Amino acid sequence: MTVNDFSFTSNFWNIWIIVLTVGNILACWWLIRWTAKPRHGEAEAGDTTGHSWDEGTLAEYNNPLPRWWLWLFYITMIFSAVYLVLYPGLGTWRGTLNYTDQNAYEKEMQAAQDTYGPLFAKYAGTPIAQLAADPGALKMGQRLFVNYCAGCHGSDAGGGPGFPNLSDNSWLYGGEPDTIKLSILDGRNGVMPAWGAVLNDKGVDEVTAYVMSLNGRDADTEKAAAGAAHFATYCAACHGADGTGNTALGAPNLTDSSWLYGASAGVIRQSINDGRNGHMPAHRDFLGEDKAHLLATYIYSLSSR
Amino acid sequence: MPDEQAGSLPPSPVETDGSSTGEDMYASHKKVYPREVHGIFASLRTLGVAVLLGLYYGIAWLSWDGHQAVLLDLPARKFYIFGLTFWPQDFFYFAWLLVIAALALFYVTSLAGRLWCGYACPQTVWTEIFLWIERKIEGSRNQQIKRDKGGMTPAKFRIKATKHFVWIVFSLYTGFTFVGYFTPIRDLTVAMIDFNLGPWETFWVFFYGFATYGNAGWMREQVCIYMCPYARFQSAMFDRDTLVIAYDEQRGDPRGSRKKSVDPRQAGLGDCVDCTLCVQVCPTGIDIRDGLQYECIGCAACVDVCDQVMDKMGYNKGLVRYTTENAMAGRPTRIIRSRTIMYTILLLVLSLGLIYAISARTPLQLDVIRDRNTLYRETPQGLVENVYILKIINMGERARHYRVTVSGAESGLDDLQLVMPAPLVEVPAGEVASLAVSVQVDPVQLKRAANQIDFILTAEDDPTLTGSRKARFLGPVMSR
Repeated sequence: MTVNDFSFTSNFWNIWIIVLTVGNILACWWLIRWTAKPRHGEAEAGDTTGHSWDEGTLAEYNNPLPRWWLWLFYITMIFSAVYLVLYPGLGTWRGTLNYTDQNAYEKEMQAAQDTYGPLFAKYAGTPIAQLAADPGALKMGQRLFVNYCAGCHGSDAGGGPGFPNLSDNSWLYGGEPDTIKLSILDGRNGVMPAWGAVLNDKGVDEVTAYVMSLNGRDADTEKAAAGAAHFATYCAACHGADGTGNTALGAPNLTDSSWLYGASAGVIRQSINDGRNGHMPAHRDFLGEDKAHLLATYIYSLSSR
Repeated sequence: MPDEQAGSLPPSPVETDGSSTGEDMYASHKKVYPREVHGIFASLRTLGVAVLLGLYYGIAWLSWDGHQAVLLDLPARKFYIFGLTFWPQDFFYFAWLLVIAALALFYVTSLAGRLWCGYACPQTVWTEIFLWIERKIEGSRNQQIKRDKGGMTPAKFRIKATKHFVWIVFSLYTGFTFVGYFTPIRDLTVAMIDFNLGPWETFWVFFYGFATYGNAGWMREQVCIYMCPYARFQSAMFDRDTLVIAYDEQRGDPRGSRKKSVDPRQAGLGDCVDCTLCVQVCPTGIDIRDGLQYECIGCAACVDVCDQVMDKMGYNKGLVRYTTENAMAGRPTRIIRSRTIMYTILLLVLSLGLIYAISARTPLQLDVIRDRNTLYRETPQGLVENVYILKIINMGERARHYRVTVSGAESGLDDLQLVMPAPLVEVPAGEVASLAVSVQVDPVQLKRAANQIDFILTAEDDPTLTGSRKARFLGPVMSR
């Protein structure tokens, strides 16, 4: 709420602030003038005040301060007057410099953009696959990654439960340079519906057994066989008939060793029963194309090494 | 100051001239015109000025191993002092050095009084140069006083303008040299010739130039009297065995002028001929014959000039001299006393400690930052994995390869696996390498949820160059 919002009903607060501010400055001026002269009964400048310590051997003088010291006080008043003209401070007066925190922020961001923008723009024209061999670009990409991505994907890009590992060769949406860049710029929403209500506990168990077997792991063959039928009905549309997934939809490959939420039968069962919601935020407005280009280069280099 | 002197405190120097209006609690400044002085102590101060200013203006131009000998590179956060390169994490040594410097100052003050103020303080040193310039251009003390009393004439304006011009040029060069310790001075020279100084460099050249011009040209003794905190608290270091400059009242009084041929004893006079030269040479405008005063910076100009007068009169030197309160009272002066012994021991221990610490400094540092995105993660092989960022700081003078190992011996984890992008890390001289690594362990080994592990860094070509850092490894506890 700004001061203007108060003045919707009255101008009181505006005038209140102005009176307080100006009144304080004038009061300071008066105080300094008043104390510059000795008052009745006070020792003259240069005389002793009459106070003494240490059996009368230590006396206190009322020594004058240098006059330029006095001027320092007046200078602070002149400073505040100039400040109050240039900057907001007197009620709703906005100051002749039109300074606001928002303006200052935008100015600094623009200055940073002018300084650092060209460093990123320099690489924007080179295709990612080619840029991945440039150590300078990779170094910048890594630093950007640590700043903006490591919070979820880990400093080594190895991911974590719910956050994809970007350093292996398994991709939800595809590992082509431009696809990676698009994931960064526009984000992704991966939705796995919950099948618990449709399949019931028994059905979920059976599909879990089938997914385990797809993955080449030990599973109850009877359950797996029953699960295969459910899989063909409900899962194959996204994950493919053979379970190798579909990068167009972000449906994971269930036959490899890469597990987004965890590899155990329990976690797989939970995914089927309750579904999953994966969200990668869009960074187009936040980072811009040039930084995303370098980030994609770095991430691409991780999986191709 | 000991309280004996306090009783004889003179009225303030500003008041003694009787020119105050008696109404105002602020006194206008009376310019002090110190008369030129020659003699042993003046020569010592000239030597001090030459050496200290020579160091200040000279060292900026020295080179060492391909960089400026003394360069405080703030943007890069590296501080070059001749052969040593300091990093922000070495500021500890700087604090240590400052403690030593402060103790040394206290030590000297307790022994010899305001030696720092009189001979080595930048305020004194630059004021000496400014006074010298002023005398070269404006002439002697008497000429200056006469000119300042008269009205403005073209000749006076020319002389004043010349003086201020020379002062300002000298001040700006001082500011330029100051900035030259932060931006390489040769680059700064080129940038200045091209009118291409950065905004902050320009600001600091002018700021420091202005400070020099204002303090050494205009403020002078007022800095010592009104502003300097050290001048205020050094009385705490004084005792009766501290050297001070004092007028021998018993020998000098009663004062009075007399012919050289007159025997002062018969005329009822002391040795002081009341020539007031000691007042005229005083840079802070006091009369040393009024006793020890807080304005006295211990420059000994009055000692020099009084000795010359005593010589001319055929009297013994030392009517105004370096002495101690005990000596003045006819008691012996002790140099070895509890505070000097303590300062000596403290200084020795601290200095030797600093020399040892700097010579034993390892030019290598390892920092470990544990990733916070997840507590831990499982690999497809079922191992538990934690991720760390290692920052390897090579503070040495050449590039090195380092090998990183990890040990879980502290927590009974004997089979830790370290996953790194490459087995060896190359770090160029004076740079920080940052790399993400992960540590894996079979969860059956974990006895606790949080385990201490140690990262150990060893230079490949020098096994004695090592650094280590503790870190935490988190994981699920499978069995208790």
